[in-house]
Parts: sequence; C-alpha cells; structure tokens
Amino acid sequence: MPSKQQRQALNNGINQIIDAMPINGSPVVIEVRSLTKKYNGILAVNCISFTVQRGSITALVGGNGAGKTTTLSMLLGLLLPSEGEINILGADMLTKRHLVLPRMNFSSPYVGMPARLTVGENLTVYANLYGLDNVKDRVTSVAKDLQILDTLKIQLGNLSSGQKTRVSLAKALINEPELLILDEPTASLDPESADWARGHLESYQQRTGATLLLASHNMGEVERLCHKVLMMKDGTIIDEGSPQRLIANYDRKNLEEVFLDIARDRTHSRDFVP
Amino acid sequence: MRGLLWKRIWAMVLRHTYLLRSSWPRVLELAYWPTFQLLLWGFITTFFLQHSSWLAQAAGALISAVLLWDVLFRSNLGLSLTFVEEIWARNLGQLFISPLRPTEMIAALMIISFVRTIISVTPAAFLALPFFDVWVFDLGIALAAFFFNLMVMGWAVGLVVSGLILRFGLGAESLCWLAIFLIAPITGIYYPVKVLPDWLEPFAWILPSTYIFEGMRAVLFNKIFNWNLFFGAVGFNLVYLFIGIGIFLRMFHVARVQGKLLQQGE
Repeated sequence: MPSKQQRQALNNGINQIIDAMPINGSPVVIEVRSLTKKYNGILAVNCISFTVQRGSITALVGGNGAGKTTTLSMLLGLLLPSEGEINILGADMLTKRHLVLPRMNFSSPYVGMPARLTVGENLTVYANLYGLDNVKDRVTSVAKDLQILDTLKIQLGNLSSGQKTRVSLAKALINEPELLILDEPTASLDPESADWARGHLESYQQRTGATLLLASHNMGEVERLCHKVLMMKDGTIIDEGSPQRLIANYDRKNLEEVFLDIARDRTHSRDFVP
Repeated sequence: MRGLLWKRIWAMVLRHTYLLRSSWPRVLELAYWPTFQLLLWGFITTFFLQHSSWLAQAAGALISAVLLWDVLFRSNLGLSLTFVEEIWARNLGQLFISPLRPTEMIAALMIISFVRTIISVTPAAFLALPFFDVWVFDLGIALAAFFFNLMVMGWAVGLVVSGLILRFGLGAESLCWLAIFLIAPITGIYYPVKVLPDWLEPFAWILPSTYIFEGMRAVLFNKIFNWNLFFGAVGFNLVYLFIGIGIFLRMFHVARVQGKLLQQGE
C-alpha cells in the first residue's frame, strides 16, 4: 500500500505527463467539439470543446447549473446536442452510439434502478443487456468486488443509500467498461464509504487502464482521483488543467478555494486562454 | 449481433418477469377484472337468453365478446403499463445508456404484453365453462386469429399511449386505461355495427377490432369464418402497428432532444 506522499508523488508525475501530452498525438477516448445545448431558449451548454485521454481520470467541476449533467447526458447519448460533435472511442455518438455503448457505462445516485427487484435480479438484467456471457459468474464476481454478495437476494428498495451506491457502481462495472462516466459517485455516502468507493474506482482504473470521467462537487475527491479538471461555469469551460496546476495558477491552497474563486468571480487563472 | 439483440430483448422480458414473480397481488390483479367482467356479463346473458330471440341463437356471443374485449384491453394495458413501470422506477436513463435500442424495447414490451394478457384472460376463459356452459375454445382456429389480431391492435394503441407519456410525462399515464375505451362504443363489441347511426358506421369500419367482433358473431351465429373480415382486420392492424411504432420512435427522439429520458419520474 503506497503512503500518502508516494501517492501524491505518483499523481503529480501522472499529471505532468498528461499535461504535457499533445492532444492530437495521444489516444483520445472522448473528443468534444463546439458542443452546445439550448433548452427552450436557455443556453445550458455553450460551445464547449475538450478531450479526455485514454487511461486518465478527468473531472467536470462547477456549481449547480454549470452544465455538467447536461454535458454528461450528451456524452451518454441520452440528450441530443443542439450543435457540435461528440466522438467516443472512435465513434460518432450522434450516429453510431450503439457501437460504443457496450464499451462504456455510467453510475449516478440520481438515476434509479428497479427498487422491487433484488440486487441479484437487477445485476442479471443489466449483464444480459450488455450481452455478457456467464452472467451468473459475472454477477457474483462484481458483487464480491463491491462487497455486496450478502445483498444479492434483497430487494434494492430495502437497502441503505450507501449500499444502493455500491449496487449502482456494480451495475456500472458489470461490463468492465473502457470508459466509465460517473455523476457525483460518492454523494450520499458517509466519509468511510466514500473513501472506500474512491479507492475502488482508483484500483479499477489502475487494474484495467479504463478512462474515467466524473462530475463532482467534492473537491477533495477530485484532488485525490483526477489527473485533469474541467472547470465549468454558465455552460462554458472557463479553465482546465491538473488539480495541482490549477491550485498553483490561482495561488490557492487547495481546489476548493479555486472553485470558490471561480464561482465568485474573484480572480482568474494566470495562463488559461478560453 | 443477432444473438445479442435477442439477449437484450430477453433481458427486458426477464426484468418484468422478476417483477411479476416478486408480487402475487400483481398477478392476482391481472386476472381479477377479466374474471369479474365475465361473471357479470355471464349472468346478464343468462337472463337475456330467456328474453331475447337474438341472443338465444348464440348463447356464447356476449361471453366471447367479453373475453375478446379483454384481450384487446389487456394487450394495450400490458404494453403501456410495462413502459410506465420503467418511468416509475426512474430506470429509463439506465436502460438507454445500455446497448438496448428503442426497437428492441418495443419487441420486449410486446412479448411482456402477450404474457400478461395470457395470465389475465386464461382464468376467465376456463371459468366460463362451469358457470355458463360456454367453452370459448370451441371457436377453434378462429379464436387464435381473433386473439392475435386483438393483441396487435392493443400493441398499436399501447405504443401510441407510451409515446405520449414519454412526450408529456406521467400526467398522461391515465391514457393507459382510458384510450382504448374511446373506441369501445363504436367497435361493435356486444352488438352489431348496424346498430350504430349511419354516419358513425364508417368510423367503426376503420377499426381492426370491428372486423374481429363481427367475425366472431359470424362464427357463432352463422358458423362461418369470414375471410374478408379477417383480412380487413389484418390490413388495418398492419397500418396501425406501423403508425404506433412510428409515433413511439418519434417521441423517443423528441425525448432525447428535450432531455426527458433522465427527467422522467414522479
């Protein structure tokens, strides 16, 4: 088990490598160009462009209404953009999403699963939806990983919110996705459970080399997990970089203070050119 | 690829089989109304047999009509309520970020609707024998033709209703129960279409169910299977099923434009 300092050093090293990567020369898992979404005349997302590199953990950060969930929904294909392009794992999400959906997955405490089905039944249904072989073995294996084996015969609606989050993560990992999209993965968890969930996501990413994109309000979580941060406000990306670089650029002690600066329009990064 | 398609459809059928299996009141509720409808109409029939020369010609006419109407009603309800279950569970977002396609969802809804309809009407069909001495299976192969045509019409209506619920939200969920009754007075379930005013008859003849109920009476009263009526039902059903699928897929597209796949729920 690496110490905190070793982990920090490793993180810094990864951040430097990722920051130094030329975007066009690296394997890109997500490429978003000029993405825009208007709802009833309101501009929810305003012409954003970004890339996410293979094997990285990237955070979408911003206050309520910044456009994070709208952006994630468009990446998942649940919401059609008004303008712009989304390319995921080499496929155009607007025309060929069914080619890549089996290779990605999603978890959010705000998107439900059938509460009257048992945990085992839910996972079995989703394993079949993802076309997996040996469904029973896969369900058992992912339940064991997420430490929910003893809940397999219990109805989902009867679980605590912490257990439900684990089930949601189990569903998201059932197909061992190359790209995992998470909307506030540790919201509604107590600190111990949240720490466990972060550790599990980290180890999954390290074991499989998967790419993770998450939206979060928890700046400590973002600092710990993420190689890159996309700061959103009013539907646009107003800054981006590794957590360390953002903290340094804003001359702050941690990402929470950077977040507050941006939310309150107090200052601006020294080197970001939108 | 084809194997995966069936696997995804099977996954959805499995999801709703688990739901039914987990709750015996749900299964009981499915059979409850058809059985009580049958008993009610059966006793009315018994009374009118002694007072109506028309009914006396074919004792099973009203009871068969009750059962066939329930096939249509339950087929529609089975499809649209299964879809609404996904909205109640706030599960639509999860389903459509999986590789499940809308057309596969439609296929699964149809299969589940078939299963639910069988559960609904089977007890009533068997009870008709000891209570009223009517064995609906005497209709033979005609019964299968009537059954499947009414199933298809129920699916078409259910798909339109599901599309509207997707578009307008759960505020429109009562359409699951109400929509089909819009046609009940004019489709000749319990009486011939000739009873209707002249100006209303053409509207009755654009409904596949009208051909089925007239066809049923042709079998019971005249002992003939009228192929013209059968092909009329099949032709209109194909048109309505095509329209139903088209409306559902269009509303699914609109829901993706408006972000309703994630927002649906109570």
